Amino acid sequence: MSGILGKKIGMTSVFDDKGESIPCTIIEAGPCYVTQIKTKEKDGYEAVQLAFEEKKERRVNKPLSGHFKKAGVSPKKLMCEFRTFDISKFQIGTEIKIETLFSKGDQVSVSGTSKGRGFQGVVKRHHFGGGSKTHGQSDRVRAPGSIGSSSYPSRVFKGQRMAGRMGGEQITVKNLRVVQIIPESNLVLISGSVPGFNNSYVEILKEIK
Amino acid sequence: MDKLKLVEATQMKSNLPQFKAGDTINVQVRVIEGDKERTQQFQGVVIGRHGDGLRATFTVRKISNGVGVERIFPLHSPRLGKIEVLKVGRVRRAKMYYLRTLAAKQIRQKTSAD
Repeated sequence: MSGILGKKIGMTSVFDDKGESIPCTIIEAGPCYVTQIKTKEKDGYEAVQLAFEEKKERRVNKPLSGHFKKAGVSPKKLMCEFRTFDISKFQIGTEIKIETLFSKGDQVSVSGTSKGRGFQGVVKRHHFGGGSKTHGQSDRVRAPGSIGSSSYPSRVFKGQRMAGRMGGEQITVKNLRVVQIIPESNLVLISGSVPGFNNSYVEILKEIK
Repeated sequence: MDKLKLVEATQMKSNLPQFKAGDTINVQVRVIEGDKERTQQFQGVVIGRHGDGLRATFTVRKISNGVGVERIFPLHSPRLGKIEVLKVGRVRRAKMYYLRTLAAKQIRQKTSAD
């Protein structure tokens, strides 16, 4: 199992071999560089740290630029640890490209930060049914209804679903399929939709069969 | 958006004939039945073109046995064969949805070249 960092480009649809149209998301994935390898002896766990997307030299602070210099990699915008690599196969500073990790038809899961929706009511946020439009109701159409009993328990239970901030959290979408890989431009086409805005960062993880 | 276009360009057809709403066209559709493949013809008036890029589609309307039939085709689908423009219509709309309410004779008048 393994993964890579990428940037969501946008959605479109392509035709497969049978001529059927497949809706898919284009992700610019990699090339990523190994900037650090965490080992059991030193860090208590095993992971590979990958860095993605060039950053201007003058935008990097001193501690980070030292970190990149140590790895022998030019400064990057995003870094992320993957615990799913076999660390014995990797060396610091090496380049990782999509075509070496994935092939057409692979099952993957994609995580990213979902689009922020702001403060939303229960109908949108938790798919509540809301109240009745008719039967003498006046202002209950999108109301949550009862939030609990009365004298017992005399409080609202924790975890009661209510209105609040929605979106802008890490979401993982599983069971997606690699439709196509374009190695020259580091693009990968993944069936279906992926969390987040266009140009937002995503992690693509290979799923265990 | 350039990278999106780059991906779409790999599958887009370049030799499509020019046609617009109001034109009468004949579309060859490849139908796969089991392991056999045959070509089906669909002839009618284009009542609209939608979208752009690889996802562009067009709608063709015809009267079949007295029943109006509309089919939406993806313009760049590999299942489409030749598209032939039979008659160029002179119309003032990009979307000819109002043809649905007209009789065949009125459709002929509305889409005729004169």
